[in-house]
Amino acid sequence: MKNDRFREALLGPLNKNNPVVVQVLGICSALAVTVQLKPAIVMGLSVTIIVALSNVIISLMRNTIPNNVRIIVQLVVVAAVVTVVSEILKAFAYDVSVQLSVYIGLIITNCILMGRLEAYAMSNKPWDSFLDGLGNGLGYSWILIAVAFVRELFGSGKLFGFQVIPSSFYEAGYVDNGLMMMPSMALILVACIIWIHRSVNKDLQEK
Amino acid sequence: MATKKYRCKVCGYIHEGDKAPDKCPVCQAPASEFELIEDGGKAKKGIDKNGNAYIMVYTVAIVVVVALLLSITSGALKSRQNANVELDKKKQILSSLPAVVLEGADAAKLFADDIQHIYILNKQGDVIKELDPVKDFNYAPAADELPIYMAEVNSETKWIIPMNGKGLWGAIWGYIALNDDRNTVDGVFFSHASETPGLGSNIVTPAFRDQFKGKELMKDGKFVSIAVMKAGQTAQGQDQVDALSGGTITSKGVESMLYNSIAPYEPFLKKAAGLTK
Repeated sequence: MKNDRFREALLGPLNKNNPVVVQVLGICSALAVTVQLKPAIVMGLSVTIIVALSNVIISLMRNTIPNNVRIIVQLVVVAAVVTVVSEILKAFAYDVSVQLSVYIGLIITNCILMGRLEAYAMSNKPWDSFLDGLGNGLGYSWILIAVAFVRELFGSGKLFGFQVIPSSFYEAGYVDNGLMMMPSMALILVACIIWIHRSVNKDLQEK
Repeated sequence: MATKKYRCKVCGYIHEGDKAPDKCPVCQAPASEFELIEDGGKAKKGIDKNGNAYIMVYTVAIVVVVALLLSITSGALKSRQNANVELDKKKQILSSLPAVVLEGADAAKLFADDIQHIYILNKQGDVIKELDPVKDFNYAPAADELPIYMAEVNSETKWIIPMNGKGLWGAIWGYIALNDDRNTVDGVFFSHASETPGLGSNIVTPAFRDQFKGKELMKDGKFVSIAVMKAGQTAQGQDQVDALSGGTITSKGVESMLYNSIAPYEPFLKKAAGLTK
């Protein structure tokens, strides 16, 4: 039974309880970082680490936090974790921190974080919260990666910056789809994923 | 009076009665979500968690702890971070020289070997200060002072000028290396803070940067810079490179950065014959 609970916390967010396609959280950053695969993966990874970490911290503090100021306390914790992580990256992995540049700061504004802290970590034990954070981070990552895959492939004919659509295609008149580079295309792709996801999981369809 | 207190685990609502309600009146959680609050549990703790005093103390404590934590982290890592920033700047300067291979090399050592002098020029293009590239690397030039790096690569003299400008979303910067004639471009390096990934951010790619090699900054002894033009357009009286498709504003930013950053050096560039040591 305990294992069931752990599995639900970790794997639920990957599918039936996905933060992006079911709860529709974290859309803003899904637009910003999905033009190419690499930043999407990096962003997904950083969000995963930071959600898991701040989930654990809030979960440890949950019995002492006054109800009236809990959102502020959560915000302070998230901001502190993000700042510390970014400082550490600057000191020990400078190249990575240069690549991440603005994304690290963007994590603070990611609604998935506040959503998980408020909905889960405030009322669950640290280990459960850790798994929940991990699960949600990964759930967010795979959507980002799926969207970035399509956008990079059709928008610039590349994957991870390497040309995958052969030049003979271009000579035959194939043109990269510039629309894919536009932020609005990320919304349309997320909507497509939601569509597929809901037609597979009929119980998620709203009446 | 043996009423017990039950608290809803979901929203914190407290119900008084003999048993938990079927449904929470606030958040509709079922009875299973209610937990019995032990009698005297509150008295034992003796703190009202929703009282003003507790909230005040709690928030002040958390802010102090977090502030302390952040300042300790920042203080402890500052020197490492500065060293990284310095090393990164050295790498960027060296990246403008096509002959220098940075891959897998010790950038700090390469810098010390290749960069001979940092000269500080005045507006007339005269050298007013000579700095040691390693010791005085972090020298901050005053508003009317122009720094220029002199490199010696494969016994050829190169002049490196730092550039700053703005792109579409934020700052762009770079270094341009000139041959000893102070006119022909040997190589350039560009970087940016936040240009659009896949479009404007392509100014950092070798494909864009390599176009500058061999271009000339001056025509008929006058500084004209290098134009960044859309494919099919031709610039009058100056050398040109192709702009990035989809990155028009960033490309224009590069063009004005080149002009604005190099223009103050014009008197120095014209003195190509004088001052080599």
